[in-house]
Amino acid sequence: MKINQLSLFLENKPAHMKVPCQILADAGINILTLSLADTQQFGILRLIVRDWERARDVLEKAGCVVKITEVVAVEVPDRPGGLAGLLDVVDQCGINIEYMYAFTFRRGDRAVMVFRFDDPDEALRTITEKGVNIVESVELFAEAGE
Amino acid sequence: MSCDQCGTFNPESAMDYLPVQQLRQLQFSRLKARLHQAYSHVDLYRDRFDERGITDESINSLEDVSRLPFTVKADLRDSYPFGLFATPMRDVVRLHASSGTTGKPTVVAYTQDDVDVWTSVMVRTFAACGLHEGDIIQNAYGYGLFTGGLGAHYGAEGLGATVIPISGGNTDRQIMVMKDFGVSAICCTPSYFVHLLERAEELGVSVRELPIRAGIFGAEPWSDAMRRHAEKAGGIKAYDIYGLSEIIGPGVASECEAQEGLHIFEDHFYPEIIDPDTCEPVPDGEEGELVITTLSKRAMPVIRYRTRDITSVIAEPCRCGRTVRRIRRIGRRSDDMFIIRGVNVFPSQVESALLEVDGTLPHYQIILTREGGLDRMAVEIEVTGDYFSDRVGAIEELKGKLAHAIENTIGIRVDLRLVEPHTIERSQGKAKRVIDKREI
Repeated sequence: MKINQLSLFLENKPAHMKVPCQILADAGINILTLSLADTQQFGILRLIVRDWERARDVLEKAGCVVKITEVVAVEVPDRPGGLAGLLDVVDQCGINIEYMYAFTFRRGDRAVMVFRFDDPDEALRTITEKGVNIVESVELFAEAGE
Repeated sequence: MSCDQCGTFNPESAMDYLPVQQLRQLQFSRLKARLHQAYSHVDLYRDRFDERGITDESINSLEDVSRLPFTVKADLRDSYPFGLFATPMRDVVRLHASSGTTGKPTVVAYTQDDVDVWTSVMVRTFAACGLHEGDIIQNAYGYGLFTGGLGAHYGAEGLGATVIPISGGNTDRQIMVMKDFGVSAICCTPSYFVHLLERAEELGVSVRELPIRAGIFGAEPWSDAMRRHAEKAGGIKAYDIYGLSEIIGPGVASECEAQEGLHIFEDHFYPEIIDPDTCEPVPDGEEGELVITTLSKRAMPVIRYRTRDITSVIAEPCRCGRTVRRIRRIGRRSDDMFIIRGVNVFPSQVESALLEVDGTLPHYQIILTREGGLDRMAVEIEVTGDYFSDRVGAIEELKGKLAHAIENTIGIRVDLRLVEPHTIERSQGKAKRVIDKREI
């Protein structure tokens, strides 16, 4: 099960990060997790929210450029070697990771991470076969108290 | 022996001092001959004259020039490559083409007589700037299709000076040559000279202590503040010269030692000033667009060419005694063209380059700045859904493609920046395409 992530274009300038956050705040939308990819001149803000369609609409209405990207939420054992083990599986499957970042909450003794694979469908199929647990969006949002 | 202060009289400059009555007669007789030639040999002129019922009898005085149709840049482009030539190709000894235009350039042609006229007006230019036989002239205008390099080169040789055909670029070598060869004058764009001064300082060379005493600066507009800086820091007199390839190249007009306007060599180039909106002539002293009719060019006579340069005619006599009228130095244009490092650029060229990459035209803005005497051109582009990707690499790749397309079209390196939507200011819904912060 894939999750829709919002990606926003930002200029790398003071106070530019606040604008989309404020727009979401005004719309009462909670950010579950985020990551920022930055270059010297611009950045890409990636966000996971529960109601991604409404978030996209309010952001676009406010003039932001938004792209929807499919990502996968994966459970990772929260102990030394947990992530390394998972990456080993990914490696064996010959899948390419474009980027990844973590959720702020845990599910028991497990952390949850967001992965952007170059081919999400293929990744889902192969790593699930290898016993990796994918977190469904319903569970995810319940966990986050949404 | 010569006197640098008052400028040396060069025999070529005789026409600069012609009694006005005699000058007008000469202009009129040359005008008639050129019109006849243009009508007989160039379809475009014949068609336009016929449409307006203009015959040989319609032009009875110089003022009647205002009855003739205008020629614009697009006419030259549309007749690419040789459509406006008025002589057989075997009489054409030289071709030049405009710099930095997209697609097809505009081609200009010269007979041997035309080259001789060009040399003569450049000799007069150098003489007006106080140069003479025996001077060593470093010609840092680009050699090639651009008229600047060869125009100044022939003029310098015609003057009897020693010319160093170093062409543009390689600033360190320029400084070495200037110092080691005992250069007395340099030809380049004013901004390049300022850059050269700064580089020389870094290298520990004090240009003001070198023999160089004159800068022959053209191909771009510049301010009095910049002149004062160039003169003080370089220990030179900085002269403004004016020209355009459509008319002949450099050598259309030049300052003299009085530095109070540029004498237009009007025995060869007949000037008018018009209101760019109504196209009606405006009186001397009033600002408007400069329109030039060539009176001597044979390979490619140009009738009432709209230069798009805004200036005014100074009819009062000059302190230097030259009788050919002066124009004020050009500060702006009636179209959106700008000049960067001597290259003419239209925003439409940037547009076509952007379209080429993606097929869509984003909101964009060109920002011109001057850092360390060097002009820089930045292009800001508003990011749209088409341009935006979730991957940094994809955006960087697109940025590279856009910058490359622009650089390929105009020949100038640009700093390309992607900006957020709706951040480029729009006035009346239309974005202002060029922001010039160069303080020229």
